[in-house]
This record gives sequence, structure tokens and C-alpha cells, in this order.
Amino acid sequence: MGYLEGFAVSFKKLFKGTRSGRTETVPYVKDQGPKREKPVRMHGRHVLNRYEDGMEKCIGCELCAGVCPARCIYVRGADNPPDDPVSPGERYGFVYEINYLRCIHCDLCVEACPTEAITETKLFEFSFTNRQDAIYTKAELVVGDDGLPQQLPWEDWSDLDRVAAWSSAWVRATAPSGDADFVGRVGWSGELGFGVKPPEQGQRAEQQEDEAGAPDAAPADHADGGHH
Amino acid sequence: MRLLALDPLLVGDVDFGIVMIVLLKVVVTFALILVAVMLMIWFERKVHADMSNRLGPNRAGPFGLFQTLADGTKFFFKEDLVPDRADRVVFAIAPFLAMVPAFVTFSVVPIGGVFTEEKQGTVEIFGNHTYLQLADPPIGILLVLAMSSIAVYGVMLAGWSSGSKYPLLGSVRATAQMVSYEAALGLSVVSVVLLSGSLSTHDIVMSQAGEGFLGIVPSWNLIVAGVVPFVIFVIAATAELNRPPFDLVEAEQELVGGFHTEYSSIRFALFYLAEFMNVVTMSGIIVTLFLGGPAGPTLFGPDWIWGPIWFVLKVLVFCFMFVWFRTTLPRFRYDQLMDLGWKVLIPLALGWLLLLAAVNVARDEGWNLPLVVVVAVVVMVAGYGGLVAAIRTAQRRRELDPEGVH
Repeated sequence: MGYLEGFAVSFKKLFKGTRSGRTETVPYVKDQGPKREKPVRMHGRHVLNRYEDGMEKCIGCELCAGVCPARCIYVRGADNPPDDPVSPGERYGFVYEINYLRCIHCDLCVEACPTEAITETKLFEFSFTNRQDAIYTKAELVVGDDGLPQQLPWEDWSDLDRVAAWSSAWVRATAPSGDADFVGRVGWSGELGFGVKPPEQGQRAEQQEDEAGAPDAAPADHADGGHH
Repeated sequence: MRLLALDPLLVGDVDFGIVMIVLLKVVVTFALILVAVMLMIWFERKVHADMSNRLGPNRAGPFGLFQTLADGTKFFFKEDLVPDRADRVVFAIAPFLAMVPAFVTFSVVPIGGVFTEEKQGTVEIFGNHTYLQLADPPIGILLVLAMSSIAVYGVMLAGWSSGSKYPLLGSVRATAQMVSYEAALGLSVVSVVLLSGSLSTHDIVMSQAGEGFLGIVPSWNLIVAGVVPFVIFVIAATAELNRPPFDLVEAEQELVGGFHTEYSSIRFALFYLAEFMNVVTMSGIIVTLFLGGPAGPTLFGPDWIWGPIWFVLKVLVFCFMFVWFRTTLPRFRYDQLMDLGWKVLIPLALGWLLLLAAVNVARDEGWNLPLVVVVAVVVMVAGYGGLVAAIRTAQRRRELDPEGVH
């Protein structure tokens, strides 16, 4: 009876998986063990970056708001005050709001940004309990004086090394399918607290690491870039 | 007198104390089924998770036991949406049409009692002898069939009144499926009724309570009626409950959520409640019809305590079985569902019923029993051969003329 074999399979699983702890579920429990590994280019919540001298990168051009398919970004630019400029150029974004009830994390805003002002982090915890909290303003989005994102009350930062170093991973990609001359070449500005970050390695580098048998999770160690 | 009530509690004068006992039974039954549903949902999620190498609910309470409570509380505070194109009155009534039959059905299931010659399935409460079931109407098992028919209305009207495509498709499927399988379900119930000689659920249990073959094998209808009606009943019941592998009504991949796609908040919760309540109730009915209900040996201690224990144990087996089905079996295709119902289950149930009837008559009249069985089987095989031939001919016709012009 071929029909009954399937019943035996599922019945055996009843005792095997849970008792030995080999379940597919990865428990997400705060302060208990490490968080799950996240992909390098994961789309988390945004940050507004600053230059190494502390100036904001955003120039208030509103390209991100224009490209946003969910219409969740609201930007208003203003002229920089001449005696105390916020950004290096002529204008700066004096209002910047993202509504995370609408954001679909497509990262088109990151692609549209001409100054790498807006990038995405690996932070994904949006446990706000009212609609007002869902709208992140400049107070929440602009990185602090140490270059780290603002920590919000509902965010668990037990994996700080990833949160900090990987806040602009996508921007630092050098597309292998494009012009080969640009592989591993830095074409972006420095960030407050980190300086000029190294290029993202991409899959080829990961493979080489695997073959060498020395997996290294911290991307900051790849400063010499993908020339080998 | 027998028409109104068979329960010895209600024979003779009905005083205040007896009314209070009946009210107590109502409250206890209501609370029992609600708690049972809560635990059933937890049980299903946990077992289903274990069988697919997952963890299942584990946050609310020990082992996630209170997950259902948390979900229920959440449902209460959700926004109750009514689609613009919905028929508002019917839309509001439909969940109750699904839920009330589920409650009513459970009232005829015997959940305890001492099924011996002297005590006749009664227990003593405050000096009164009574059955441990809410009601024992003489039409007993017919009430179950009637209620499962009414439950179809809940599903059908929910889909129709939503004013939306997918719920409508789901409810059309539900109607066709439930009507088809009710025939097989009814025929296998008739087999049991034929042996028990009564429609009352209490009498059906009582008839199975005797000493069985050699004192070891119980005289359950599962064995006495042959295994066939039991198997047919289980399959048809699974289809009646719209549970996997017969859950075409709410096939997520095709119909979003099926008939309850447009429902939200507590109205959706009522459908959910009814679904799981039906699982528990149907398990109880299978136990009543085929496994001797709460009847079982008294191992030690007071005899009245063993009825509910045996009942719960037997019901648990079938609750587990329904979950097991869900985990293991892939969903039927629609034509396979109809083929199984009409071409296999109904002829088989009907044939087995006739066989049982022939054996009963032969035993009463003193005919040659083996000869009767042989003749009956030959006649039925011939009949089934005719049916298969008819189906084949119809198929060939369709292939020759697919448009159905001629």
C-alpha cells in the first residue's frame, strides 16, 4: 500500500525533529543567543549619512521622494544658512520623513540618491505601537556623531558590529557585470566615523574565502579590495 | 413520554432541582466544548508543527497553551470590515449559521455514564439518575446529519454575501462537496442504526457496551458492522469538515482564503471556532457511532469517572487522526473529489448497507447465512460492474464528442 508510507513518514517526524532540536524554526528570542546571519545587501531601515567632517550628505533634491513607488518619503529642501551650513552644497534637506507603514524597502531611494545620503542598514525591528511612531523624521534617521544610526527604543542591537559597518553595503557594490575597470574601485565618499569604506567583495571573494578555508565575517577587513 | 425525553432525569415530576441540573449540564457542555476547541487549535498547531520539523506556538503560556486565547483576544480588537458590495444582513448572519450547528451537534454526544446492565448509562447527580449528555432526543443521530446540513448554509451564504469572486467560488465548491459526501455519510450511519435498532445516540452507545467476542474484542460497531462503514464515515466526515485533503473550499493557492476571504475580526474567529469545534464534535460522533462512546471497562475506583476518561482518550485518537491527515495528504483535485464521492464511496456504502440488511434478515428468518452472503456479493459485484460499464460508456461518448453537440 503506497498510500500508507506517507503516514509513516509524518508520524516518525513527530518524535524526531523536536526532541533532537533539529527543527527548521530558528527561535527569535531577545538576549538569547546570536541573531540570524543577515545577507550583506539586506534592505533594512534607512539612515541619513554624514560626511567625515560631520556635514549632512542630503542636499534636499527630493529625488528619493520622486522615485519612491510607495510615496512614503517626504522631503523639503532649504537654502543652507551661510554662516552655519548643514550640508556642503547650496541646499540641504530640512525636513526628511519616511513613513514605515508604507515603505516597501525596495531601495529605489538609495539608487536615486546622487550623494549617497540615504542608505539602508540591517535594522529590521519596527515594533512601534502607534502610527505617529511609524514616521521616522530627521531626528531618527540622521546618523549620530559617532556615525552610528540612532538607536530606537524597540531596536535590539546585540549584533552591533553588523549594524554599524554594514549601513551602506549596497552603495559600495562594484558591479561585475558592468565595466571591469571599476571592479573594486572606490567611487563613493567617506562617512562620519568610518571614513571611506572598502568596496563590497561580492560572491567571487566569498568563494575564494571558502576555498582558502578562512571565513571572515567582518567586511572591514577586506580593505585591500578584490584584486587577488 | 418516550417522545419527549428518554433521560430518566426527566421522567416523572420535574422540580426545581432537576431544572438546575439541566441548566448545569448546559453550562458545563458549553464550557467544555469551548475549552476543547481552544486546546484542539493548540493541539493541531503543535502536532502539525512537530510533524513538519517546526516548533509551533511556544510564546504564550507553557508550551504555547494560551496562544489561542491571545489570538482570540486579538480578534476582538480587530476592525470589523464589511465589503461595500456585501449583502450586509446575510453577511452578519452567516458566521452564526456556521457556529450554532457546531454547538448543537455536541449536545447529543454522550460524554460519560456507566454503561452496564443495571445502570443503563446513567450517573447519579445529587440523588437523581441522569445521562451524561445534554440531550438525548429520539431522533439523535438524525439531528447530527441535519445540523451538518445547516452548517453548509453558513459556508454557502458567507461566500455568496461577500460580494466577491473567490469567496463565491469557495462556497460553490463547499456546497457541491458537502452535499455529495453527506450521502455517503448518511449511508454509513444507516448501517450503524440498522445494527443498533435506534437513532438515539445513547441507545447506540448502549448497544455497543456488551461483552464482546471472547471478552477481549469489544463489541463496537467498528467491528460488528465490518470496518467498511467506519472507513467510509471517516473519509466522508473529513470531507464534511472541509479538512485536508478535502479542503478545496479554502484552497489558499487558488481561492485566497475561500469562503471567509472577506471576513475579519470576530466574525472570522467564529468561522475558525466553528471549524475546530466541528473537528472535536465529529471525533465525538465517530467515537459514539463506531467505538462505543464513553463505554469501557472500570479499572479501579468509582465507575462514573471512567466514562469521560475513555471518551476523551478515544476522541483524542481521532483529533490526532485529522491532524495527521492534514500533515500527510496533498489536496484532492476537484474531479478526483467528485469521483471518490459518487463513484466509490456511495456505491460502496450502499452495497455494504444492503449486505448488512440481508445478513440481518437471514439471521431472523433462519436462512442459510453463507449462501445469502454469496448471493448478495455476486449481485452487488454485478451491479457495480454495470455501473463501471455505464461510466466507461459515458466517458467514451464524451471523448468522441467533446463539445456535447449530439
